[in-house]
Amino acid sequence: MSIEEYPRVESAGVLVWRRLRSSRAAMAGLVVLALLVVVAVAAPLLSAIEGQDPTTYHDGLLNSALGGVPTGSLGGIDSTHWLGVEPGTGRDLFARLVYGAQISLLVAVGSTFVQVVVGMAAGLAAGLGNRLADQVIGNLSDIVLALPSLVFAIALMAVVPSSFPRPLLLMLVIGLLGWGGTARVVRAQTLTLKELDYVAAARLGGSGTWRIARRELLPPLAAPVITYAALLLPSNVVSEAGLSFLGVGVKPPTSSWGQMLSSATTWFQSDPMYVLLPAALLFVTTLSFTVVGDAVRTALDPRAASRLRVGVERPRRGKRRQKSQTSQASQTSQTGEAAA
Amino acid sequence: MNGLSRFVLRRLLGMVAVLLVLSVAVYAAFYLVPADPAQLACGPRCSPAQVAQVRDQLGLDAPVWAQYGHFVQGIFAGRDFGTGSASVHCDAPCLGISYKTGEQVTTMLWDRLPVTASLAFGAMVLWLLLGVASGLLSVLRRGRLTERALTALTLAGNATPVFVIGLLLLLLFCAYLQWLPFPSYVGLTQDPQQWFWGLLLPWVSLALIESAKYARLTRSSMLETLAEDHIRTFRAYGVAERRLVTRHALRGALTPVIALSALDLGTMFGSAVLTESLFGLPGLGKLLVSSVAIVDLPVVVGLVLVTGFCVVLANAVADLLYATADRRVVLS
Repeated sequence: MSIEEYPRVESAGVLVWRRLRSSRAAMAGLVVLALLVVVAVAAPLLSAIEGQDPTTYHDGLLNSALGGVPTGSLGGIDSTHWLGVEPGTGRDLFARLVYGAQISLLVAVGSTFVQVVVGMAAGLAAGLGNRLADQVIGNLSDIVLALPSLVFAIALMAVVPSSFPRPLLLMLVIGLLGWGGTARVVRAQTLTLKELDYVAAARLGGSGTWRIARRELLPPLAAPVITYAALLLPSNVVSEAGLSFLGVGVKPPTSSWGQMLSSATTWFQSDPMYVLLPAALLFVTTLSFTVVGDAVRTALDPRAASRLRVGVERPRRGKRRQKSQTSQASQTSQTGEAAA
Repeated sequence: MNGLSRFVLRRLLGMVAVLLVLSVAVYAAFYLVPADPAQLACGPRCSPAQVAQVRDQLGLDAPVWAQYGHFVQGIFAGRDFGTGSASVHCDAPCLGISYKTGEQVTTMLWDRLPVTASLAFGAMVLWLLLGVASGLLSVLRRGRLTERALTALTLAGNATPVFVIGLLLLLLFCAYLQWLPFPSYVGLTQDPQQWFWGLLLPWVSLALIESAKYARLTRSSMLETLAEDHIRTFRAYGVAERRLVTRHALRGALTPVIALSALDLGTMFGSAVLTESLFGLPGLGKLLVSSVAIVDLPVVVGLVLVTGFCVVLANAVADLLYATADRRVVLS
């Protein structure tokens, strides 16, 4: 039997991607997220196509008799202002929303990056270091986890001078207050992994601690860390929106969805569109992140499929089995396509 | 000394340690970062002489470690600001004196506490009812449409920020349908009925978001309990599924739910800030936002410490609840 006759072992990445592909919700979420990224990156281009920018005031489009509500229906939607204008200022809403996507995604991804990097460094150091290091880092991450993070973030955002770039500050504050969970996960995994034979073999082979962490521990740590990070993303989107909603996030004229919602609280009776548009965008963004994060967790967890079935066996056995067969069939056809 | 009291003692010591670290961090972050606290306290139009006087009054010319010492001393024994006839006494749990109003921070916090407590406790009752009910429903109807609908709803609830759902509820019930008046806070002792109606929308907004988490937890914990041996035995004896879930498995399954709600209740004293500022409730969170806007440092520091204390306390209570409800948990 030649080596070609053995079935090909799929790499983990391919396997995970195929599992993700089989979840329709995850694919929908990924498409929405991809669209959002495109919108955020192309924000200057999109508002140029519309012929507007996010900062110019259009007083002429406001009804001063009604206190500055946009003239026209649905918040002043027409062919020059695709989603209407902001009440009170007349700034173009479409442009402000697409620029808001930039802040939302940038801060969410950036703060998740900070959380993961700090959390992994702390977790690896605690897991591989001596007892003192473990205790100090363990207590530190306990304290970070126990902080009233929103209160702390509000206070920190307020004392840092406003000359410091706000999006960067948001990333740092959200990131540095939220690495405790990642550190815990990484530490626990490291403690298990470092007792395994292949790590001992690497150590016998003369690898130092740093090399072991990089070469032997990072690859198996990827799955739990990615899972955890995927669930951090939506909560970071919410954190940014919340801080901007409270007026300590990005400062005007930079636009952010949370900040728009905050000023919408004074306008929502006279101009409901001004509430609904940023609210809908925020909801769709966090929902997509959550759905994708959930699917990533299931796809990366080898036990997830079997665990979900606990106690679900009893009702409608026949139907369920039939269903799983069809989904298997569609999976094989997909694999066939991929092979072809 | 038995296990329980030893556990309580150890947790108390741990709490004190965490709070000490927290207070150092807070003190360092908020009193050292800004350029000159005395200038802040005095206001922008103060002459250098007045600033110097304020600095003396607040004890800001002492070395930093001594200032921190005075701060801690104030918490346990009270302290006096300034000397002679201009001195102001601040009673025992003293967190300082507001730069802006000259009021004692402790009094300010104490005045706001009932609002946040009303909000947090009411919301907790509601989210427990909603969360546990929908969690149980999705277990009883597993494999059917109801379960999938509930799963989708909990995902959506998990993804929605509380101020978004709150704004939508305001838009729907207060502006569009006009079924409810705009929320405003009236004290429970003043008028219980108005207190209830004023807090209804804030409660519902918080509970809708939080209950998603609880529905998920109830569901997974119930499924875990249902897979245990004694439940299998009950099932073999022919106990009906509904009775199995609501009678025999409920107690075991609810332990993590109760523990988590204790934890969330503690966190709520800080995280209610979004709900409070949306609905204009004059609670701790609203105080935080307004003090942050005018850089009233003693109030901010006091709030961070008090909300931190709530979280740490809630952690200990959650562990304790876990251990009393579930005998298998060993306290350590």
